[in-house]
Amino acid sequence: MSRPGVGTVYRWEARKLVSQKRTYLGFALAAFVPLAFVVALGLENGSPENVPFGRYVRDSGLAIPLVGLVFGSVWFFPLIASLVAGDIVASEDQNGTLKTILTRSVGRGQVFAGKVLVAITYALLALLLYGTVGIVAGILASGYNPLVTLSGTVVQPDRALLLTFASFGVYLMPVIAIASIAVLLSTVTRNSAVAVVGTLMLALVMQLLAILPGLGGLQPYLLPDQFNAWQGLLRIPADLAPVGRAAWVSALYAVPSLLAAWIVFMRRDVAGG
Amino acid sequence: MTQAASHPVEARGLVKRYGDVVAVDDVDLTVRAGDVYGYLGPNGAGKTTSLRMLLGLIRPTGGEARLFGHDPLVEGARALDGVAGFVEAPRFYPYLSGRKNLELVHGYDGGGPRAKIDEVLDVVDLADRAKDKVGGYSHGMKQRLGIAGALLREPRLLLLDEPTTGLDPAGMRDMRTLVRRLADGGMTILLSSHLLAEVEELCDRVAIIRKGSIVFEGALADLRRSAAAAGWKLRSGDEERALAVCRAQPGIEEPRREGEEIRFTATESAVPELVVALVEAGAPVHSLAPEHVTLEALFFRLTEGDGTAAPAAVDGGAAPAPAEAQS
Repeated sequence: MSRPGVGTVYRWEARKLVSQKRTYLGFALAAFVPLAFVVALGLENGSPENVPFGRYVRDSGLAIPLVGLVFGSVWFFPLIASLVAGDIVASEDQNGTLKTILTRSVGRGQVFAGKVLVAITYALLALLLYGTVGIVAGILASGYNPLVTLSGTVVQPDRALLLTFASFGVYLMPVIAIASIAVLLSTVTRNSAVAVVGTLMLALVMQLLAILPGLGGLQPYLLPDQFNAWQGLLRIPADLAPVGRAAWVSALYAVPSLLAAWIVFMRRDVAGG
Repeated sequence: MTQAASHPVEARGLVKRYGDVVAVDDVDLTVRAGDVYGYLGPNGAGKTTSLRMLLGLIRPTGGEARLFGHDPLVEGARALDGVAGFVEAPRFYPYLSGRKNLELVHGYDGGGPRAKIDEVLDVVDLADRAKDKVGGYSHGMKQRLGIAGALLREPRLLLLDEPTTGLDPAGMRDMRTLVRRLADGGMTILLSSHLLAEVEELCDRVAIIRKGSIVFEGALADLRRSAAAAGWKLRSGDEERALAVCRAQPGIEEPRREGEEIRFTATESAVPELVVALVEAGAPVHSLAPEHVTLEALFFRLTEGDGTAAPAAVDGGAAPAPAEAQS
Protein backbone atom coordinates (compact mmCIF):
# COMPACT_ATOMS: atom_id res chain seq x y z
CA MET A 1 0.00 0.00 0.00
CA SER A 2 1.70 3.18 -1.21
CA ARG A 3 1.42 6.46 0.64
CA PRO A 4 -1.14 8.66 -1.13
CA GLY A 5 -0.30 12.08 -2.47
CA VAL A 6 -1.86 15.14 -4.07
CA GLY A 7 -2.94 13.05 -7.07
CA THR A 8 -5.09 10.83 -4.88
CA VAL A 9 -6.77 13.83 -3.28
CA TYR A 10 -7.27 15.43 -6.69
CA ARG A 11 -8.92 12.32 -8.13
CA TRP A 12 -11.26 11.93 -5.19
CA GLU A 13 -12.11 15.62 -5.03
CA ALA A 14 -13.01 15.42 -8.72
CA ARG A 15 -15.16 12.35 -8.12
CA LYS A 16 -16.92 14.13 -5.28
CA LEU A 17 -17.66 17.07 -7.57
CA VAL A 18 -19.00 14.75 -10.26
CA SER A 19 -21.37 13.26 -7.68
CA GLN A 20 -22.91 16.59 -6.66
CA LYS A 21 -25.79 18.18 -8.52
CA ARG A 22 -24.62 21.72 -7.86
CA THR A 23 -21.44 21.01 -9.84
CA TYR A 24 -23.59 20.82 -12.94
CA LEU A 25 -25.32 24.08 -12.13
CA GLY A 26 -22.17 26.01 -13.03
CA PHE A 27 -21.63 23.94 -16.15
CA ALA A 28 -25.26 24.36 -17.15
CA LEU A 29 -24.97 28.13 -16.72
CA ALA A 30 -21.73 28.16 -18.70
CA ALA A 31 -23.48 26.39 -21.56
CA PHE A 32 -26.75 28.28 -21.25
CA VAL A 33 -25.48 31.87 -21.36
CA PRO A 34 -23.88 31.75 -24.85
CA LEU A 35 -26.85 29.79 -26.18
CA ALA A 36 -29.25 32.36 -24.75
CA PHE A 37 -27.18 35.13 -26.33
CA VAL A 38 -27.36 33.48 -29.75
CA VAL A 39 -31.11 32.86 -29.41
CA ALA A 40 -31.62 36.50 -28.40
CA LEU A 41 -29.66 37.61 -31.46
CA GLY A 42 -31.94 35.49 -33.62
CA LEU A 43 -35.05 37.02 -32.09
CA GLU A 44 -33.95 40.67 -32.20
CA ASN A 45 -32.43 42.95 -34.77
CA GLY A 46 -29.30 44.91 -34.01
CA SER A 47 -26.22 44.01 -32.02
CA PRO A 48 -24.36 45.13 -28.87
CA GLU A 49 -22.54 47.98 -30.55
CA ASN A 50 -20.75 49.39 -27.53
CA VAL A 51 -18.74 46.32 -26.54
CA PRO A 52 -15.65 45.03 -28.36
CA PHE A 53 -16.64 42.80 -31.29
CA GLY A 54 -20.31 43.56 -30.60
CA ARG A 55 -20.89 45.07 -34.02
CA TYR A 56 -19.51 41.97 -35.79
CA VAL A 57 -21.66 39.29 -34.12
CA ARG A 58 -23.80 38.94 -37.23
CA ASP A 59 -20.81 38.87 -39.57
CA SER A 60 -18.71 36.19 -37.88
CA GLY A 61 -19.72 33.53 -35.42
CA LEU A 62 -16.27 33.84 -33.83
CA ALA A 63 -17.17 37.28 -32.53
CA ILE A 64 -19.87 35.79 -30.32
CA PRO A 65 -17.62 33.97 -27.76
CA LEU A 66 -15.48 37.10 -27.57
CA VAL A 67 -18.48 39.24 -26.70
CA GLY A 68 -19.28 36.56 -24.16
CA LEU A 69 -15.90 37.12 -22.55
CA VAL A 70 -16.66 40.82 -22.13
CA PHE A 71 -20.04 40.16 -20.53
CA GLY A 72 -18.74 37.29 -18.44
CA SER A 73 -16.19 39.38 -16.61
CA VAL A 74 -18.69 41.48 -14.64
CA TRP A 75 -20.18 38.80 -12.43
CA PHE A 76 -20.66 35.61 -14.38
CA PHE A 77 -17.16 34.19 -14.22
CA PRO A 78 -16.49 35.41 -10.70
CA LEU A 79 -19.66 33.48 -9.78
CA ILE A 80 -18.68 30.34 -11.70
CA ALA A 81 -15.14 30.39 -10.30
CA SER A 82 -16.30 30.89 -6.72
CA LEU A 83 -19.11 28.35 -6.93
CA VAL A 84 -16.76 25.44 -6.35
CA ALA A 85 -13.71 27.24 -4.96
CA GLY A 86 -15.79 28.93 -2.27
CA ASP A 87 -17.31 25.63 -1.27
CA ILE A 88 -14.35 23.31 -1.47
CA VAL A 89 -13.06 23.69 2.08
CA ALA A 90 -16.12 25.16 3.79
CA SER A 91 -18.35 22.27 2.73
CA GLU A 92 -16.02 19.86 4.53
CA ASP A 93 -16.41 22.01 7.64
CA GLN A 94 -20.15 22.17 7.35
CA ASN A 95 -20.36 18.44 6.65
CA GLY A 96 -17.93 17.57 9.43
CA THR A 97 -15.92 15.49 6.96
CA LEU A 98 -12.65 17.35 7.37
CA LYS A 99 -11.86 15.17 10.38
CA THR A 100 -12.71 12.10 8.28
CA ILE A 101 -10.06 12.81 5.67
CA LEU A 102 -7.50 14.36 8.01
CA THR A 103 -7.32 11.20 10.11
CA ARG A 104 -6.22 9.08 7.16
CA SER A 105 -2.78 8.83 5.52
CA VAL A 106 -2.74 12.09 3.57
CA GLY A 107 -1.17 15.22 4.97
CA ARG A 108 -3.00 18.49 5.37
CA GLY A 109 -0.84 20.15 2.73
CA GLN A 110 -1.72 17.44 0.22
CA VAL A 111 -5.42 17.77 0.96
CA PHE A 112 -5.21 21.53 0.47
CA ALA A 113 -3.23 21.27 -2.77
CA GLY A 114 -5.64 18.70 -4.19
CA LYS A 115 -8.61 20.88 -3.39
CA VAL A 116 -7.07 23.99 -4.95
CA LEU A 117 -6.19 22.10 -8.11
CA VAL A 118 -9.72 20.76 -8.44
CA ALA A 119 -11.22 24.22 -7.91
CA ILE A 120 -9.00 25.61 -10.67
CA THR A 121 -9.80 22.66 -12.93
CA TYR A 122 -13.49 23.33 -12.47
CA ALA A 123 -13.07 26.99 -13.43
CA LEU A 124 -11.00 25.94 -16.44
CA LEU A 125 -13.60 23.41 -17.61
CA ALA A 126 -16.44 25.90 -17.14
CA LEU A 127 -14.53 28.47 -19.17
CA LEU A 128 -13.76 25.89 -21.86
CA LEU A 129 -17.41 24.91 -22.01
CA TYR A 130 -18.49 28.54 -22.19
CA GLY A 131 -16.05 29.18 -25.03
CA THR A 132 -16.81 26.01 -26.95
CA VAL A 133 -20.57 26.43 -26.77
CA GLY A 134 -20.14 30.09 -27.74
CA ILE A 135 -17.98 29.18 -30.73
CA VAL A 136 -20.24 26.38 -31.96
CA ALA A 137 -23.45 28.35 -31.41
CA GLY A 138 -21.87 31.45 -32.95
CA ILE A 139 -20.70 29.59 -36.05
CA LEU A 140 -24.13 28.02 -36.44
CA ALA A 141 -25.80 31.42 -36.11
CA SER A 142 -23.41 33.72 -37.99
CA GLY A 143 -21.07 31.42 -39.89
CA TYR A 144 -17.41 30.49 -39.82
CA ASN A 145 -16.33 33.79 -41.33
CA PRO A 146 -13.29 36.06 -41.15
CA LEU A 147 -13.14 38.31 -38.08
CA VAL A 148 -12.38 42.01 -37.91
CA THR A 149 -9.82 42.58 -35.18
CA LEU A 150 -9.75 45.50 -32.78
CA SER A 151 -7.16 47.21 -34.97
CA GLY A 152 -9.49 46.98 -37.96
CA THR A 153 -7.63 44.32 -39.93
CA VAL A 154 -9.37 41.14 -40.97
CA VAL A 155 -8.11 37.69 -39.97
CA GLN A 156 -9.12 34.45 -41.56
CA PRO A 157 -11.44 32.13 -39.59
CA ASP A 158 -8.77 29.52 -38.75
CA ARG A 159 -6.49 32.12 -37.22
CA ALA A 160 -9.43 33.86 -35.58
CA LEU A 161 -10.41 30.56 -33.98
CA LEU A 162 -6.88 30.09 -32.66
CA LEU A 163 -6.87 33.64 -31.28
CA THR A 164 -10.24 33.03 -29.65
CA PHE A 165 -8.93 29.98 -27.77
CA ALA A 166 -5.79 31.92 -26.83
CA SER A 167 -8.04 34.69 -25.50
CA PHE A 168 -9.78 32.20 -23.28
CA GLY A 169 -6.37 31.13 -22.01
CA VAL A 170 -5.51 34.70 -21.03
CA TYR A 171 -8.95 35.09 -19.47
CA LEU A 172 -8.20 32.10 -17.26
CA MET A 173 -5.56 34.07 -15.32
CA PRO A 174 -7.92 36.47 -13.49
CA VAL A 175 -10.40 33.60 -13.16
CA ILE A 176 -7.74 31.67 -11.21
CA ALA A 177 -7.14 34.77 -9.08
CA ILE A 178 -10.85 34.94 -8.27
CA ALA A 179 -10.90 31.21 -7.49
CA SER A 180 -7.93 31.68 -5.15
CA ILE A 181 -9.71 34.45 -3.27
CA ALA A 182 -12.74 32.16 -2.98
CA VAL A 183 -10.54 29.35 -1.57
CA LEU A 184 -9.18 31.79 1.02
CA LEU A 185 -12.67 32.89 2.07
CA SER A 186 -13.81 29.27 2.11
CA THR A 187 -10.93 28.30 4.40
CA VAL A 188 -11.20 31.28 6.71
CA THR A 189 -14.98 31.65 7.03
CA ARG A 190 -15.76 27.89 6.93
CA ASN A 191 -19.05 28.89 5.33
CA SER A 192 -19.76 28.17 1.66
CA ALA A 193 -22.41 30.85 1.19
CA VAL A 194 -20.26 33.54 2.79
CA ALA A 195 -17.28 32.51 0.65
CA VAL A 196 -19.22 32.49 -2.64
CA VAL A 197 -21.12 35.71 -1.98
CA GLY A 198 -18.05 37.36 -0.47
CA THR A 199 -15.96 36.59 -3.56
CA LEU A 200 -18.69 37.87 -5.83
CA MET A 201 -19.03 41.05 -3.78
CA LEU A 202 -15.29 41.58 -3.90
CA ALA A 203 -15.32 41.21 -7.69
CA LEU A 204 -18.18 43.71 -7.95
CA VAL A 205 -16.45 46.18 -5.62
CA MET A 206 -13.39 46.00 -7.86
CA GLN A 207 -15.63 46.73 -10.84
CA LEU A 208 -16.95 49.74 -8.98
CA LEU A 209 -13.49 50.97 -8.02
CA ALA A 210 -12.41 50.63 -11.65
CA ILE A 211 -15.04 53.10 -12.84
CA LEU A 212 -14.90 55.59 -9.98
CA PRO A 213 -13.49 58.93 -11.03
CA GLY A 214 -10.13 59.73 -9.48
CA LEU A 215 -9.17 56.08 -9.09
CA GLY A 216 -7.95 55.62 -12.63
CA GLY A 217 -4.40 54.97 -11.43
CA LEU A 218 -5.67 51.95 -9.52
CA GLN A 219 -7.41 50.38 -12.49
CA PRO A 220 -4.44 48.50 -14.02
CA TYR A 221 -3.94 46.73 -10.70
CA LEU A 222 -7.53 45.61 -10.25
CA LEU A 223 -8.81 42.29 -11.55
CA PRO A 224 -11.53 43.70 -13.87
CA ASP A 225 -8.84 45.20 -16.05
CA GLN A 226 -7.14 41.82 -16.33
CA PHE A 227 -10.37 40.31 -17.64
CA ASN A 228 -9.88 42.53 -20.72
CA ALA A 229 -6.22 41.66 -21.28
CA TRP A 230 -7.10 39.08 -23.96
CA GLN A 231 -8.10 41.95 -26.25
CA GLY A 232 -4.39 42.60 -26.77
CA LEU A 233 -4.19 39.33 -28.70
CA LEU A 234 -6.88 40.52 -31.10
CA ARG A 235 -4.88 43.42 -32.42
CA ILE A 236 -2.55 43.29 -35.39
CA PRO A 237 0.22 43.34 -34.37
CA ALA A 238 -0.63 41.72 -31.04
CA ASP A 239 -0.25 43.90 -27.95
CA LEU A 240 1.19 41.56 -25.35
CA ALA A 241 1.73 44.18 -22.63
CA PRO A 242 -1.74 43.78 -21.08
CA VAL A 243 -1.31 39.99 -21.22
CA GLY A 244 1.94 40.21 -19.27
CA ARG A 245 0.39 42.57 -16.77
CA ALA A 246 -2.62 40.28 -16.38
CA ALA A 247 -0.21 37.46 -15.51
CA TRP A 248 1.57 39.24 -12.69
CA VAL A 249 -1.41 41.20 -11.38
CA SER A 250 -3.46 37.99 -11.24
CA ALA A 251 -0.57 36.27 -9.47
CA LEU A 252 -0.46 39.20 -7.06
CA TYR A 253 -4.00 38.30 -6.00
CA ALA A 254 -3.76 34.52 -6.31
CA VAL A 255 -0.46 33.72 -4.60
CA PRO A 256 -0.99 35.64 -1.32
CA SER A 257 -4.57 34.37 -1.13
CA LEU A 258 -3.49 30.76 -1.52
CA LEU A 259 -0.56 31.22 0.82
CA ALA A 260 -2.78 32.71 3.52
CA ALA A 261 -5.36 29.97 3.00
CA TRP A 262 -2.65 27.31 3.21
CA ILE A 263 -1.29 28.72 6.48
CA VAL A 264 -4.78 28.85 7.99
CA PHE A 265 -5.59 25.34 6.78
CA MET A 266 -2.34 23.87 8.09
CA ARG A 267 -2.63 25.43 11.54
CA ARG A 268 -6.33 25.47 12.21
CA ASP A 269 -8.13 23.37 14.76
CA VAL A 270 -10.61 20.90 13.34
CA ALA A 271 -13.05 21.12 16.20
CA GLY A 272 -16.37 20.75 14.41
CA GLY A 273 -18.28 17.80 13.09
CA MET B 1 9.10 8.89 25.76
CA THR B 2 11.40 6.79 23.63
CA GLN B 3 10.03 5.11 20.56
CA ALA B 4 11.40 1.71 21.53
CA ALA B 5 9.22 1.61 24.61
CA SER B 6 6.38 3.65 23.22
CA HIS B 7 2.83 2.92 24.23
CA PRO B 8 -0.06 3.19 21.79
CA VAL B 9 -1.12 6.41 23.51
CA GLU B 10 0.95 8.65 25.71
CA ALA B 11 -0.28 12.10 26.56
CA ARG B 12 1.59 14.30 28.98
CA GLY B 13 0.32 17.57 30.38
CA LEU B 14 -2.22 18.11 27.61
CA VAL B 15 -3.89 21.48 27.90
CA LYS B 16 -6.42 23.11 25.62
CA ARG B 17 -7.69 26.60 26.32
CA TYR B 18 -10.29 28.54 24.39
CA GLY B 19 -9.82 32.06 25.68
CA ASP B 20 -10.54 31.91 29.38
CA VAL B 21 -12.15 28.49 29.15
CA VAL B 22 -9.89 25.56 29.96
CA ALA B 23 -11.37 22.60 28.08
CA VAL B 24 -8.57 20.18 28.95
CA ASP B 25 -6.31 20.82 31.90
CA ASP B 26 -3.01 19.00 32.29
CA VAL B 27 -4.25 15.59 31.17
CA ASP B 28 -1.92 12.60 31.30
CA LEU B 29 -3.01 9.38 29.61
CA THR B 30 -1.18 6.13 29.05
CA VAL B 31 -2.83 3.43 27.01
CA ARG B 32 -0.78 0.25 26.87
CA ALA B 33 -0.74 -2.31 24.08
CA GLY B 34 -3.73 -4.63 24.43
CA ASP B 35 -5.68 -2.31 26.72
CA VAL B 36 -9.34 -1.72 26.31
CA TYR B 37 -9.12 1.66 27.89
CA GLY B 38 -12.19 3.57 28.97
CA TYR B 39 -12.08 7.34 28.88
CA LEU B 40 -14.99 8.16 31.06
CA GLY B 41 -16.60 11.44 31.92
CA PRO B 42 -19.81 13.38 31.65
CA ASN B 43 -20.68 15.28 28.50
CA GLY B 44 -18.52 18.37 28.17
CA ALA B 45 -15.79 17.05 30.48
CA GLY B 46 -13.14 17.28 27.75
CA LYS B 47 -13.06 13.75 26.34
CA THR B 48 -13.60 14.67 22.69
CA THR B 49 -11.19 17.59 22.86
CA SER B 50 -8.56 15.23 24.28
CA LEU B 51 -9.14 12.72 21.48
CA ARG B 52 -8.95 15.43 18.84
CA MET B 53 -5.59 16.46 20.26
CA LEU B 54 -4.40 12.85 20.21
CA LEU B 55 -5.30 12.63 16.51
CA GLY B 56 -3.69 15.95 15.65
CA LEU B 57 -6.99 17.56 14.70
CA ILE B 58 -6.58 20.34 17.22
CA ARG B 59 -3.42 21.90 18.50
CA PRO B 60 -2.82 21.64 22.25
CA THR B 61 -2.20 24.84 24.15
CA GLY B 62 0.32 22.88 26.19
CA GLY B 63 1.72 19.39 26.59
CA GLU B 64 2.16 16.71 23.97
CA ALA B 65 0.48 13.61 22.65
CA ARG B 66 2.15 10.64 21.03
CA LEU B 67 0.73 7.62 19.26
CA PHE B 68 3.19 4.73 19.22
CA GLY B 69 5.83 7.34 19.98
CA HIS B 70 4.90 9.67 17.11
CA ASP B 71 3.58 13.18 17.55
CA PRO B 72 0.85 13.98 14.96
CA LEU B 73 1.59 17.68 15.22
CA VAL B 74 5.19 17.13 14.26
CA GLU B 75 4.92 14.16 11.90
CA GLY B 76 1.47 14.78 10.42
CA ALA B 77 -0.36 11.87 8.84
CA ARG B 78 2.63 9.53 9.30
CA ALA B 79 2.06 9.64 13.05
CA LEU B 80 -1.36 8.06 12.47
CA ASP B 81 0.05 4.89 10.91
CA GLY B 82 -1.58 1.97 12.70
CA VAL B 83 -4.19 4.26 14.25
CA ALA B 84 -7.83 4.66 13.31
CA GLY B 85 -11.10 5.74 14.80
CA PHE B 86 -13.44 8.66 14.98
CA VAL B 87 -14.29 11.55 17.22
CA GLU B 88 -17.90 12.43 17.90
CA ALA B 89 -20.16 10.95 15.24
CA PRO B 90 -18.34 9.60 12.18
CA ARG B 91 -19.06 11.83 9.20
CA PHE B 92 -19.25 10.85 5.57
CA TYR B 93 -20.29 12.41 2.28
CA PRO B 94 -24.07 12.09 2.16
CA TYR B 95 -24.23 12.20 -1.64
CA LEU B 96 -21.94 9.18 -1.99
CA SER B 97 -22.89 5.58 -1.26
CA GLY B 98 -21.52 3.79 1.76
CA ARG B 99 -19.18 1.81 -0.48
CA LYS B 100 -17.99 4.91 -2.34
CA ASN B 101 -17.27 6.60 0.99
CA LEU B 102 -15.21 3.60 2.04
CA GLU B 103 -13.42 3.61 -1.30
CA LEU B 104 -12.63 7.27 -0.74
CA VAL B 105 -11.13 6.82 2.72
CA HIS B 106 -9.36 3.68 1.51
CA GLY B 107 -7.91 5.76 -1.31
CA TYR B 108 -6.81 8.37 1.22
CA ASP B 109 -4.96 5.55 2.98
CA GLY B 110 -3.14 4.61 -0.19
CA GLY B 111 -5.68 2.17 -1.55
CA GLY B 112 -5.38 -1.58 -1.68
CA PRO B 113 -7.47 -4.57 -2.59
CA ARG B 114 -11.16 -3.81 -2.97
CA ALA B 115 -11.95 -7.09 -1.29
CA LYS B 116 -10.93 -5.38 1.93
CA ILE B 117 -13.94 -3.08 1.57
CA ASP B 118 -16.28 -6.04 1.18
CA GLU B 119 -14.67 -7.61 4.20
CA VAL B 120 -15.23 -4.63 6.52
CA LEU B 121 -18.74 -4.12 5.18
CA ASP B 122 -19.44 -7.69 6.24
CA VAL B 123 -17.89 -7.12 9.66
CA VAL B 124 -20.25 -4.22 10.38
CA ASP B 125 -23.17 -5.89 8.64
CA LEU B 126 -23.69 -3.20 6.02
CA ALA B 127 -23.01 -5.20 2.87
CA ASP B 128 -26.64 -5.12 1.73
CA ARG B 129 -26.89 -1.32 2.10
CA ALA B 130 -23.46 -0.50 0.71
CA LYS B 131 -24.83 0.90 -2.56
CA ASP B 132 -27.25 3.28 -0.85
CA LYS B 133 -26.30 6.91 -0.34
CA VAL B 134 -25.10 7.68 3.16
CA GLY B 135 -27.58 10.57 3.33
CA GLY B 136 -30.28 7.93 3.77
CA TYR B 137 -28.47 5.99 6.50
CA SER B 138 -29.72 5.86 10.07
CA HIS B 139 -27.48 7.07 12.88
CA GLY B 140 -26.59 3.51 13.78
CA MET B 141 -25.64 2.67 10.22
CA LYS B 142 -23.36 5.71 10.08
CA GLN B 143 -21.73 4.60 13.32
CA ARG B 144 -21.13 1.16 11.85
CA LEU B 145 -19.81 2.70 8.64
CA GLY B 146 -17.44 4.71 10.83
CA ILE B 147 -16.15 1.49 12.36
CA ALA B 148 -15.81 -0.02 8.87
CA GLY B 149 -13.81 3.02 7.74
CA ALA B 150 -11.57 2.63 10.75
CA LEU B 151 -11.05 -1.10 10.21
CA LEU B 152 -9.89 -0.46 6.63
CA ARG B 153 -6.70 0.90 8.15
CA GLU B 154 -6.09 -2.41 9.92
CA PRO B 155 -5.28 -0.44 13.06
CA ARG B 156 -3.30 -1.54 16.05
CA LEU B 157 -5.00 1.24 18.00
CA LEU B 158 -8.67 2.11 17.62
CA LEU B 159 -10.02 5.33 19.08
CA LEU B 160 -13.76 5.42 19.47
CA ASP B 161 -15.61 8.43 20.78
CA GLU B 162 -19.02 7.61 22.21
CA PRO B 163 -19.60 4.84 19.66
CA THR B 164 -23.01 3.86 21.06
CA THR B 165 -24.45 7.34 21.47
CA GLY B 166 -27.78 7.63 19.73
CA LEU B 167 -28.11 3.90 19.10
CA ASP B 168 -31.13 1.89 20.13
CA PRO B 169 -30.59 -0.92 22.67
CA ALA B 170 -30.01 -3.52 19.97
CA GLY B 171 -27.58 -1.22 18.19
CA MET B 172 -25.72 -0.59 21.44
CA ARG B 173 -25.48 -4.30 22.09
CA ASP B 174 -24.20 -4.99 18.58
CA MET B 175 -21.65 -2.17 18.80
CA ARG B 176 -20.36 -3.44 22.14
CA THR B 177 -20.16 -6.96 20.81
CA LEU B 178 -18.12 -5.68 17.89
CA VAL B 179 -15.77 -3.73 20.15
CA ARG B 180 -15.35 -6.77 22.39
CA ARG B 181 -14.58 -8.92 19.36
CA LEU B 182 -11.96 -6.47 18.09
CA ALA B 183 -10.38 -6.28 21.53
CA ASP B 184 -10.31 -10.06 21.79
CA GLY B 185 -8.45 -10.05 18.49
CA GLY B 186 -5.65 -8.11 20.16
CA MET B 187 -6.50 -4.58 19.08
CA THR B 188 -5.79 -1.80 21.57
CA ILE B 189 -8.91 0.28 22.05
CA LEU B 190 -9.39 3.69 23.57
CA LEU B 191 -13.10 4.07 24.16
CA SER B 192 -14.49 7.40 25.21
CA SER B 193 -17.88 7.23 26.85
CA HIS B 194 -20.14 8.91 29.34
CA LEU B 195 -21.81 5.57 30.05
CA LEU B 196 -20.36 3.82 33.06
CA ALA B 197 -22.09 0.54 32.26
CA GLU B 198 -20.48 0.51 28.82
CA VAL B 199 -17.02 1.10 30.23
CA GLU B 200 -17.58 -1.51 32.96
CA GLU B 201 -18.63 -4.03 30.35
CA LEU B 202 -15.83 -3.43 27.89
CA CYS B 203 -12.80 -1.90 29.54
CA ASP B 204 -10.04 -3.11 31.80
CA ARG B 205 -8.40 0.24 32.49
CA VAL B 206 -10.02 3.58 32.84
CA ALA B 207 -9.39 7.29 33.14
CA ILE B 208 -12.10 9.48 34.56
CA ILE B 209 -12.15 13.08 33.48
CA ARG B 210 -13.99 15.84 35.23
CA LYS B 211 -14.07 19.45 34.04
CA GLY B 212 -11.02 18.87 31.88
CA SER B 213 -8.89 17.14 34.51
CA ILE B 214 -8.20 13.48 35.19
CA VAL B 215 -9.53 12.50 38.61
CA PHE B 216 -8.68 8.82 38.33
CA GLU B 217 -6.54 6.69 36.10
CA GLY B 218 -5.93 3.02 36.68
CA ALA B 219 -7.38 -0.45 36.55
CA LEU B 220 -11.14 -0.74 36.64
CA ALA B 221 -10.73 -3.43 39.31
CA ASP B 222 -8.98 -0.92 41.58
CA LEU B 223 -11.73 1.60 41.02
CA ARG B 224 -14.24 -1.07 41.99
CA ARG B 225 -12.24 -1.89 45.10
CA SER B 226 -12.09 1.72 46.15
CA ALA B 227 -15.79 2.02 45.48
CA ALA B 228 -16.53 -0.94 47.71
CA ALA B 229 -14.72 0.50 50.72
CA ALA B 230 -14.80 4.18 50.21
CA GLY B 231 -16.86 4.94 53.29
CA TRP B 232 -17.62 3.55 56.75
CA LYS B 233 -20.57 3.77 59.10
CA LEU B 234 -20.33 3.53 62.88
CA ARG B 235 -23.06 3.00 65.46
CA SER B 236 -22.17 3.87 69.04
CA GLY B 237 -24.12 4.29 72.22
CA ASP B 238 -22.42 7.67 72.70
CA GLU B 239 -22.43 9.43 69.36
CA GLU B 240 -21.00 12.71 70.65
CA ARG B 241 -17.95 11.05 72.19
CA ALA B 242 -17.48 8.74 69.22
CA LEU B 243 -17.64 11.69 66.81
CA ALA B 244 -15.01 13.55 68.84
CA VAL B 245 -12.72 10.50 68.74
CA CYS B 246 -13.21 10.17 64.97
CA ARG B 247 -12.34 13.82 64.45
CA ALA B 248 -9.15 13.43 66.43
CA GLN B 249 -8.05 10.18 64.85
CA PRO B 250 -5.45 10.28 62.04
CA GLY B 251 -6.59 8.68 58.77
CA ILE B 252 -10.27 9.33 59.45
CA GLU B 253 -11.67 11.79 56.94
CA GLU B 254 -14.87 13.84 57.04
CA PRO B 255 -16.57 12.29 60.05
CA ARG B 256 -20.17 13.46 60.30
CA ARG B 257 -23.26 12.47 62.21
CA GLU B 258 -26.25 11.26 60.22
CA GLY B 259 -29.09 10.30 62.56
CA GLU B 260 -27.88 7.56 64.84
CA GLU B 261 -24.88 6.81 62.65
CA ILE B 262 -21.50 8.38 62.21
CA ARG B 263 -20.16 8.23 58.67
CA PHE B 264 -16.61 8.83 57.51
CA THR B 265 -14.12 7.82 54.88
CA ALA B 266 -10.91 6.06 55.77
CA THR B 267 -8.26 3.72 54.54
CA GLU B 268 -8.68 0.16 55.80
CA SER B 269 -5.53 0.40 57.91
CA ALA B 270 -6.88 3.38 59.87
CA VAL B 271 -10.04 1.59 60.99
CA PRO B 272 -8.57 -0.87 63.57
CA GLU B 273 -6.73 2.02 65.21
CA LEU B 274 -10.01 3.89 65.39
CA VAL B 275 -11.66 0.96 67.19
CA VAL B 276 -8.87 0.94 69.79
CA ALA B 277 -9.20 4.70 70.24
CA LEU B 278 -12.99 4.44 70.66
CA VAL B 279 -12.68 1.71 73.29
CA GLU B 280 -9.97 3.63 75.15
CA ALA B 281 -12.16 6.74 75.12
CA GLY B 282 -15.09 4.76 76.53
CA ALA B 283 -17.26 5.13 73.44
CA PRO B 284 -19.11 1.87 72.89
CA VAL B 285 -18.95 0.34 69.41
CA HIS B 286 -22.24 -1.29 68.48
CA SER B 287 -21.35 -1.77 64.86
CA LEU B 288 -18.71 -0.61 62.41
CA ALA B 289 -19.10 -1.59 58.76
CA PRO B 290 -17.92 -0.46 55.35
CA GLU B 291 -20.42 1.59 53.47
CA HIS B 292 -20.99 -0.12 50.16
CA VAL B 293 -20.86 2.48 47.47
CA THR B 294 -21.69 1.37 43.97
CA LEU B 295 -19.27 2.12 41.16
CA GLU B 296 -21.94 4.33 39.71
CA ALA B 297 -22.22 6.35 42.92
CA LEU B 298 -18.44 6.71 43.02
CA PHE B 299 -18.45 7.87 39.39
CA PHE B 300 -21.01 10.53 40.21
CA ARG B 301 -19.00 11.59 43.24
CA LEU B 302 -15.92 11.89 41.09
CA THR B 303 -17.56 13.74 38.28
CA GLU B 304 -20.16 15.85 40.02
CA GLY B 305 -20.32 18.12 43.01
CA ASP B 306 -16.97 18.91 44.60
CA GLY B 307 -15.46 15.61 43.47
CA THR B 308 -13.95 14.90 46.87
CA ALA B 309 -14.17 11.14 46.51
CA ALA B 310 -11.10 10.76 44.35
CA PRO B 311 -9.61 7.37 45.12
CA ALA B 312 -5.93 6.69 45.31
CA ALA B 313 -3.88 6.33 42.16
CA VAL B 314 -3.23 2.74 41.31
CA ASP B 315 -1.72 0.50 38.69
CA GLY B 316 1.06 2.83 37.80
CA GLY B 317 -1.33 5.31 36.35
CA ALA B 318 -1.07 9.02 36.65
CA ALA B 319 -1.57 10.26 40.15
CA PRO B 320 -5.04 11.68 40.42
CA ALA B 321 -4.97 15.34 41.09
CA PRO B 322 -6.77 16.34 44.25
CA ALA B 323 -10.36 16.75 43.28
CA GLU B 324 -10.58 20.10 45.04
CA ALA B 325 -8.04 21.45 42.61
CA GLN B 326 -9.99 20.47 39.49
CA SER B 327 -12.71 23.02 39.29
